[in-house]
Amino acid sequence: MTTGVRITQGTFSYLPELTDDEIRAQIQYGIDNGWAVAIEFTDDPHPRNVYWDMWGMPMFDIEDAAAGLLEVNRCRKAYPNRYIRVSLYNATLTKQTVALQFIVNRPPHEPGFRLLRQETTDRIVRYTLEPYAARDPHGERYDGSD
Amino acid sequence: MAGKSGDGERPRWLAGVIPYKEMGYWRPDYEPDDTDIIAAFRLTPQPGVDPEEAAAAIAGESSTATWTVVWTDRLTAYENYQAKAYEVVPVPNSDPPQYIASIAYKLDLFEEGSIANLTSSIIGNVFGFKALKALRLEDMRISTHYLKTFDGPPHGIINEREMVNKYGRPLLGATTKPKLGLTPRNYGRVVYEALRGGLDFVKDDENINSQPFNRWRERFLYCMEAVNRAQEETGEIKGHYLNVTAGNMEDMYERAEFAKELGSVIIMIDLTIGFTAMTSMSKWARKNSMLLHLHRAGHATYTRQKNHGVNFRVISKWCRMLGVDHIHAGTVVGKLEGDPGAIKGYYDTLRDDFVEKDPAHGIYFDQDWVHLPGVMPVASGGIHAGQMHQLLHYLGEDVVLQFGGGTIGHPMGISAGATANRVAVEAMIQARNEGRDYLKEGPDVLKKAAKKCKELNAALDTWGDISFEFESTDVPDVVETPTTSG
Amino acid sequence: MGESKPVESPPLGPGAPPRETAEVYGTPGTEDRFKDLADPMRDIPDDADVGAEGVFEDSHIAEVLDSLDDELIALAEVKARIGEIAALLMIDRLRRKIGLDADVPTLHMSFTGNPGTGKTTVAMKMGQILYKLGYVRKGHLVTATRDDLVGQYVGHTAPKTREVLKRAMGGVLFIDEAYHIYRVDNERDYGQETVEMLLQVMENQREDLVVIMAGYKDHMDRFFSDVPGLSSRIAHHIDFPDYSVDELMDIALLMAESQRYRLAPDAEKALMDYLELRMKQPRFANGRSVRNALDRFRMHQAIRLYKSAERGRKLTKKDLVTIEDADIRQSRVFKGGVYARDSDQERPDPS
Repeated sequence: MTTGVRITQGTFSYLPELTDDEIRAQIQYGIDNGWAVAIEFTDDPHPRNVYWDMWGMPMFDIEDAAAGLLEVNRCRKAYPNRYIRVSLYNATLTKQTVALQFIVNRPPHEPGFRLLRQETTDRIVRYTLEPYAARDPHGERYDGSD
Repeated sequence: MAGKSGDGERPRWLAGVIPYKEMGYWRPDYEPDDTDIIAAFRLTPQPGVDPEEAAAAIAGESSTATWTVVWTDRLTAYENYQAKAYEVVPVPNSDPPQYIASIAYKLDLFEEGSIANLTSSIIGNVFGFKALKALRLEDMRISTHYLKTFDGPPHGIINEREMVNKYGRPLLGATTKPKLGLTPRNYGRVVYEALRGGLDFVKDDENINSQPFNRWRERFLYCMEAVNRAQEETGEIKGHYLNVTAGNMEDMYERAEFAKELGSVIIMIDLTIGFTAMTSMSKWARKNSMLLHLHRAGHATYTRQKNHGVNFRVISKWCRMLGVDHIHAGTVVGKLEGDPGAIKGYYDTLRDDFVEKDPAHGIYFDQDWVHLPGVMPVASGGIHAGQMHQLLHYLGEDVVLQFGGGTIGHPMGISAGATANRVAVEAMIQARNEGRDYLKEGPDVLKKAAKKCKELNAALDTWGDISFEFESTDVPDVVETPTTSG
Repeated sequence: MGESKPVESPPLGPGAPPRETAEVYGTPGTEDRFKDLADPMRDIPDDADVGAEGVFEDSHIAEVLDSLDDELIALAEVKARIGEIAALLMIDRLRRKIGLDADVPTLHMSFTGNPGTGKTTVAMKMGQILYKLGYVRKGHLVTATRDDLVGQYVGHTAPKTREVLKRAMGGVLFIDEAYHIYRVDNERDYGQETVEMLLQVMENQREDLVVIMAGYKDHMDRFFSDVPGLSSRIAHHIDFPDYSVDELMDIALLMAESQRYRLAPDAEKALMDYLELRMKQPRFANGRSVRNALDRFRMHQAIRLYKSAERGRKLTKKDLVTIEDADIRQSRVFKGGVYARDSDQERPDPS
């Protein structure tokens, strides 16, 4: 029996891992729509951890997805054991939000979450979700290898 | 208007009955102000009734008039308060003859922020008028001045996506089935399986409120256990639309407060509670950071017939104004009524910031929403993974696709059904973004994705060929280019 | 374990991460369009039609070459070289189509010549040619000089160079006065890092961008001999000769015409005299100097017309479009040099 869970945040988590060419195609779709390309990484995959660490500034002025892929691969090299995601950001009026987001790197083993139930009165349960990885300090999670 | 009727034969204020046209409700020279609210009515006069007089009557009855002259009008600046029918256009090829009448209303006629007041005027008395065989409110232009007196959606599409952290694809949902009969504990099982398999939301159906077999508080407890278990297994934010619809506001507030206490991100209400109750729940939802889902229960009693009632695009408009985050708005390809052009019109009305007049989509007026947030449309009813390319094509990506039977009826189980839908939507988005002609190649895209996903494969085997093709009862009147589907 | 946040701006001093260069650019994806080439000389008969017309027409390559011809005066040798390169690339494309070639060709170039000889314009056209033939994905031109690429302190250069490379990806990176990047006499100069990154990307990401280095010929030759491995990564060296005085004259007349001016008969002689003198003076920049000169002649004309109108003379359309002998002859060039007075100074421009 396998342990751990595959975190399915992001748009393509139910497909096989995207190849570099597939990542490139998605980034190019964003660039062609006039969206900025941002790379973020984290070792805290809690679903409400909104603010992943930014891998540099969002790329606003690139024409070709090769530039985005280059940063994806630099980030992978620096943080091979973390979650890395690509966000394509649409700054047009009435949008001004992320237009597409997908995971491009995962830790080799994803231990998943612990669900804590605090039983209170009237059968109400207070739930707390804690990533197993988050028990270790930043930088020592996921086999501590980075 | 002078104190005489149009032809000067009869004094205007003489007691008795005179035509509405002569009371100032027919004003073919009138040019609506930017602040006016304009309504387009489809009217079918009784034989022998002059369509202009019928339009004037609608204008009169939906504003100041009664059936006879009243001297007390003269205590007011009545011309301001009179609605003005300014255009009557015959509908081509209609039998019995139908007309589209445009009627302008001054801003003063309506209370700020009250759909109840707006509807009491516009659809209050006039629909029972004897001189008309049938009457339908087709569209309204809400002036931005009036629009800004409404709160709009508690959160809207952008904030919803940021709350649940899901971007760039349709959200996926399902309605728990069977609709009635499951105990709360069994009910929660369906919710849990569907969410862990890959859906974003599961939904109470419109008629599950608090019946003897499934009391609301128990249901809420089990559903939130299901939501939290699914979040644990996926690391994604999940939701279940807890239906707080009840017989009175006090009970609704109580149920909504409990949903909040349990940590739900979303609650739901039914259209049957009425516009005022919906508005109250909208205010509650914004105050409490809760998404608000609306099930349009009952709407088809007055939206479906082409010659009588209220077009759904008007209901959509009112709901965006009073403020809901989700509303069911048709599927095009599913089991429920819906012409593609008309549904495009509903979706645009709910989502876009500026909706341009477009007869092919049944849009009679330009509508500027002045950045009022958009409502997420929900497509539900008889849709399945094998239609994903068509759904994406017709409905776009800002939509919740709800596969009830298409999830729960999957031969490998509920969770597998959910996975099939999620894989299908992700594969289709990927293909679209790669620049492929996904509408044409959709079946191939799905087949290829199914090779690596047995759940999708089974779904395609089960429902691949199912479609519901009946003629729509309500299509826009476009003479030159009939709406095509496909 | 103390962990630094993003390594975008590494800290100074001990513990600073090593300069990133070599390992950074190692992951170009295999290009789809070259995938069917694994099996050269498959079963294609020698007389098979390779569809040359299709490639030729689809690429609209003739249009780009024609527009190059129309927009640039003279430069016959340069145009011929561009035509040859285009022909080579098109035939490469056909060979690739039937599986005779597999490698991504090296397309980096050096454009040498004095300022104002049309290098940037030709580079822009080159971007379009490469795009139309499918050798770059976007075809835009990003120009850069040392200031855009080389940083001021440790850790500054790599991100700076990378930003420029990223912007240029999919198109052409035009590096003007490329030799300024690298100062051979100062081994602590940060330009070394830029050069290393350039070499990396020129070798490993040939399908992602094309680099054109430009500058004076002698400086460029020295640069190539100072930086081993650079010259071998450059496929095409094109020399841009100075314009002859007749060519400069043609350029001037064309520019004047495009701005809706014409020269009075004796003004043409004055312009010829002007050009002959100006060419021999320092900081002469060919086409660019001609453009600047025209701007000044227009100024002189405007002052002359303004003064005569002030004296009550009626101005005609002819007045407005004509540049007179006097407008040209009052230039400082005739008084012994462009630097005689600030007001008439020629702004030196690189390239």
